[in-house]
Amino acid sequence: MAEPGRESVSYAPAGEFDDMELSHPKTFLGKYIWSQDAKVIAIQYGITAMAIGVVALVLSILMRLQLGFPGTFALIDPGSYLQYVTMHGMIMVVYLLTALFLGGFGNYLIPLMCGARDMAFPYLNMLSYWFYLVAVLILVASFFVPGGASGAGWTLYPPQAISPGTPGIDGGILLMFISLMVFIAGFTMGGLNYIVTVLQARARGMTLMRMPLTIWGIFMATVMALLAFPALLVAVLMMLFDMLLGTSFFMPAMLTLGEQSGHEGGSPLLYQHLFWFFGHPEVYIVALPAFGIVSDILATHARKNIFGYRMMVWAIIIIAVLSFVVWAHHMFVSGMNPYFGFLFATTTLIIAVPTAIKVYNWVLTLWRGNIRMTVPMLFAIGFIFTFVNGGLSGLYLGNVTVDVPLADTYFVVGHFHMVMAVAPVLVVFGAIYHWYPKMTGRMLNDTLGKIHFWITFLGSYAIFYPMHFLGFAGVPRRYYAYGETGYIAESAQALNAFMSVAAIIVALTQLLFFFNLVWSYYRGRESGPNPWQATTLEWQTEHTPPRHGNFGETLPVVYRWAYDFSVPGAKQDYLPQNMPPEAVEYEDGGRGGGSAASPDEVRP
Amino acid sequence: MVDTGSRDTSAPEGMQGFVADWSAERRVFNVPWGKAMMWLFILSDIFIFACFLVGYMVLRMSTVEPWPDASEVFALTVGGQSIPLLLIAIMTFILISSSGTMALAVKYGYEKNRGMTTVLLLLTALLGTLFVGMQAFEWYILINDGVRPWGNPWGAAQFGAVFFLITGFHGTHVTIGVIFILIMAVKVMRGSLDSQRPGFLTGRKGRYEMVETLGLYWHFVDLVWVFIFAFFYLW
Ligand code: HEM
Ligand SMILES: [Cu+2]
Repeated sequence: MAEPGRESVSYAPAGEFDDMELSHPKTFLGKYIWSQDAKVIAIQYGITAMAIGVVALVLSILMRLQLGFPGTFALIDPGSYLQYVTMHGMIMVVYLLTALFLGGFGNYLIPLMCGARDMAFPYLNMLSYWFYLVAVLILVASFFVPGGASGAGWTLYPPQAISPGTPGIDGGILLMFISLMVFIAGFTMGGLNYIVTVLQARARGMTLMRMPLTIWGIFMATVMALLAFPALLVAVLMMLFDMLLGTSFFMPAMLTLGEQSGHEGGSPLLYQHLFWFFGHPEVYIVALPAFGIVSDILATHARKNIFGYRMMVWAIIIIAVLSFVVWAHHMFVSGMNPYFGFLFATTTLIIAVPTAIKVYNWVLTLWRGNIRMTVPMLFAIGFIFTFVNGGLSGLYLGNVTVDVPLADTYFVVGHFHMVMAVAPVLVVFGAIYHWYPKMTGRMLNDTLGKIHFWITFLGSYAIFYPMHFLGFAGVPRRYYAYGETGYIAESAQALNAFMSVAAIIVALTQLLFFFNLVWSYYRGRESGPNPWQATTLEWQTEHTPPRHGNFGETLPVVYRWAYDFSVPGAKQDYLPQNMPPEAVEYEDGGRGGGSAASPDEVRP
Repeated sequence: MVDTGSRDTSAPEGMQGFVADWSAERRVFNVPWGKAMMWLFILSDIFIFACFLVGYMVLRMSTVEPWPDASEVFALTVGGQSIPLLLIAIMTFILISSSGTMALAVKYGYEKNRGMTTVLLLLTALLGTLFVGMQAFEWYILINDGVRPWGNPWGAAQFGAVFFLITGFHGTHVTIGVIFILIMAVKVMRGSLDSQRPGFLTGRKGRYEMVETLGLYWHFVDLVWVFIFAFFYLW
């Protein structure tokens, strides 16, 4: 495979994988556009996801404008409000967070942190991105077709999703279906890559139980996605048939606008089961990578090993498995058999156990650590707060009797924004501040970062915390306006206005972040290869940013787990994963030997 | 494939071997990447078909109208006599046979017997095409009898819907398989796999393992058919 004269790393020394086949493009287009290099694909994914995320953010501001100051903005009518809700929810969950965590961070970090030259199937990986881009474009196009985007809610429940009266049934919903199917196809290509790379292409000495938790999180999330997206694909395909061919998979016989719908005997409940068989794992697809990334940020910036590494890994696995048997907790109000509800309430509450273990372990990692209050660390700590918050309200909603009155109120909106919107987004930010130096060779500006953090963190509480109270007061979800109701106090409107102002401030603050990204790319402080003194392999590359092929002439060899921080007796307060035992210097002048902190020091 | 891993071949058996595999460095499964990927893809695809079949069962069990009787609907009249499930039996036989020819193709592939591999691949593709053709014929009969996605003369409207959707989805799988098998046959015939020539489907390096990987897909498609057959025609 040696191809001298191309790029320094195309030389493959003994012990390389026979399967690994890098492409070596020479043109600009080949390197940066039709690139098969996971790092470039990652950045393509990241930029696309953030761009469409901004659209979703703008939509949320439009909604907040209407809710805070009803009737002031003529451009927002009830129909378009529903379209904003739908597109906002769908974009945020699928096209922003899933794509960013798996396509973005997954692509960037898996090969680097596992010590591979690239993903297992670079060509497929490239296709995955282009499918994703097409899916995004189709989704965006749905704003511009006659009738506009779908207003069915991100859950797209039939029969209303495709029945007259719902905005976007002319073209919007069709494009939504197509876009989702393209997304799933693209994701499958990427997902197969991530899994095979983690399972089959690690560096020497990198056992699964030495992998950084970031990789564990992304890996398990991908496994879940490969098993959960099929349900969505089937649901969407069947609804597409109901719509185009007049089948009755989900559509019951009904009268719409005084006319017989032409369908009969379909089961809307079947759709709900299929959707949530995807939908619940989906929230963990977003959460598990966040869990992993947070663990690594906490350990690195607290200069301590992660507390209970093995427990953390098993917790991720158990959460992944359990999250496939809880889906019907989203359907407590669908009229299901109470025994069934009880069963799902039980499994739901059981998930709290491994999740709580993780939270305890994060806190214990911080305990008596040598905490450096860097920007990534702030975001990681912020995550613990918002996640616990949302997790606790989740315990409420997991109980049938509590959920029934609270379902479809703002309590739910408050809950899921805390746990699966704010918490993972804080991690996205933390991760960007953490890995930006590796991607560009420059640090993001610290002051801007801290301002960004505090406004985003406190602002999120200002936006979403009051929603819980509104929910208790009975304010329904997905309502354009609730007008004058007897039971909702008038002061609720003041609260709504307050939340909207907070939302606008938070949204504007993100401009600061984008400015920081661009400005630091040109003007940021040079970071050097390992600014955070981290142990994982991506920080030990020969070049920063890493070149094509990731590592230099030879692949790294791993001697220890990812968390050898502050090893007792060692001179340096961190030992990179690829530092051989004999290279470790001790305070008593000695050298070599194992490290006390690595429970599984094995030589490869 | 050269095994470049540090795994010794005398891995322990049973549970211990399982643990040893998963706690190994570098790789968990001692197989080419393409094969590992195909297994994962099949796992994901199983979930798709499972969702289809579960959806079908739910609809069939929840409908209040009678479900058309499979042995009458799928009967073929030969010489004035109506024989139930005749066409399906032949189709199933053909598809299962194609799994056999595929398995032989894989075997001859590993023996680097280009001629036999090509012939067997072509035969597999031919059987696959026959299957799709007979499926089309079956659709044709049913459509002639008045079965539509939105209704049929005998009962629950969902019958046609699930039938066309699921057999169509499976037929698409077979068709895609046939196309890929044909491409592979051409590659084998040209000797691209011997010379490890890069090209479409073979990434940057052709290898005979690819025949096996393709075979995995083909066997999977056949296996799925057995389930569809059982749930649709025998229930
Ligand atoms: C500044 C940030 C955000 C604001 C101000 C915001 C605001 C809103 C508002 C006002 C609604 C509609 C509530 C209703 O009328 O029922 C909503 C719904 C929703 N949001 Fe957000 N949101 C934000 C960020 C996010 C993020 C990051 C996610 C990612 C998971 C997210 C996921 C959702 C979902 C899934 C829905 C439900 C959509 C539906 O009911 O169909 N949001 N959000
Ligand atoms: Cu759930």
